Amino acid sequence: MASMSTTSLRTWSAIHKWSSLVCTLFMLLLCLSGLPLIFHHEIAHALGTLVESPRLPVDAPRADLDRVVGVAQAIHPGKVLQYLGTDEDDAGLWFVTLGDTPRDDAARRTVIVDARTAQVLAEPRFDEGVMHVLLTLHTDLFAGLPGSLFLGFMGLLLVAAIVSGVVLYAPFMRRLRFGAVRHSSARTRWLDLHNLLGIVTLVWSCVVAVTGIINTLAEPLVSLWRADQLAEMVTPYAEQPPPRQLVSVQRSLDAAQAREPSMAVSFIAFPGTEYSSGHHYAIFMRGTEPLTSRLAKPVLVDAQTARVTDSRELPWYVTALLVSQPLHFGDYGGLPLKLLWALLDIATIAVLGSGLYLWAKRRHAPVTRLATVGVSGPRPS
Amino acid sequence: MSRDRFLACWGWPLALGVASAAGLIGALLADGMADLLATAALSTPMAAAAWYIARARR
Repeated sequence: MASMSTTSLRTWSAIHKWSSLVCTLFMLLLCLSGLPLIFHHEIAHALGTLVESPRLPVDAPRADLDRVVGVAQAIHPGKVLQYLGTDEDDAGLWFVTLGDTPRDDAARRTVIVDARTAQVLAEPRFDEGVMHVLLTLHTDLFAGLPGSLFLGFMGLLLVAAIVSGVVLYAPFMRRLRFGAVRHSSARTRWLDLHNLLGIVTLVWSCVVAVTGIINTLAEPLVSLWRADQLAEMVTPYAEQPPPRQLVSVQRSLDAAQAREPSMAVSFIAFPGTEYSSGHHYAIFMRGTEPLTSRLAKPVLVDAQTARVTDSRELPWYVTALLVSQPLHFGDYGGLPLKLLWALLDIATIAVLGSGLYLWAKRRHAPVTRLATVGVSGPRPS
Repeated sequence: MSRDRFLACWGWPLALGVASAAGLIGALLADGMADLLATAALSTPMAAAAWYIARARR
């Protein structure tokens, strides 16, 4: 502000410089790897790897779920069923996931089955290919949970850089009109571009940074839900041995659907998996409105009797995670929004790059000169 | 800082910030036509930046 003292200017400059310097290379990596990830659906479509259900009349009857899991199990007789997932864009598909154990994620396989005919459509590998490499780099740098948390910390530094950048914006712009891009030297040009692009993309980059940080906490948040709400819901089963024979998945889904008639199934977690207890099918139902379709409500169905035993709204921290996903991915407003997401991502790359350039060019100048460059000389306020 | 000087500095950033936030949230709450309106609102920051950069080049 106009009344900002030299001391506080120097402090905010130091915060801006060091938080940016530490996180910039990682943020550049995230912006670059994130760019193609925005279009993962379109890229899969172009490469012909996107699985789509064959066209059938809309009212074609849906196959019995036990048949659907049966054909997938027949392909992987040695594995156990883990999840049955739906595709929000294609109601004709079931994604059946199997692993060596219920919690196994190293040898996990997916079979895509036609939801109407119970025909196997594809056996995609989600753990190989360029897009998988980009996604893993982007989420955890191939370092699992520690890598994910590290990127979350880098995100926090980015937030510090954004906040300090906003504080420094006013003293820099004191004698300049909004949007001024001076061409007196390369350095002032890049400084003005840095300020202009930084301040206009402020809200978007804050939202993407904060939702990205929340996404890095996905694993701990799900563990918290298991220890908290899920544990409470399955207390009556604590002493019981696991079921020997699992009841029909279709009957279990029917029971959940009867409990929540206005909702649609999102995915089903088999007993013993990360998202269920040892005694239940956890049937995650979602709403049918634009926002509620992103949220979920677990309905626990006893895996021996197909009776609903409990159903609760997810706790706020899982809801926050679910809302963070679209706000980070930009996949909730069609292709125009994705294109805009890419533009804003590129603008952020320009802010990061120009910031790095400005630092490299002023390394030997004292910190207090930082603000005077923008106002062509100090002046009393 | 006087009101005029505050607005001279923060008027545009605030307006673009509000438009961005409206776009980000609007697209989440509705589909169809609303998605396009929300995208338009969120595109105002890029439009402003493009306009000022183009003007500076002349």
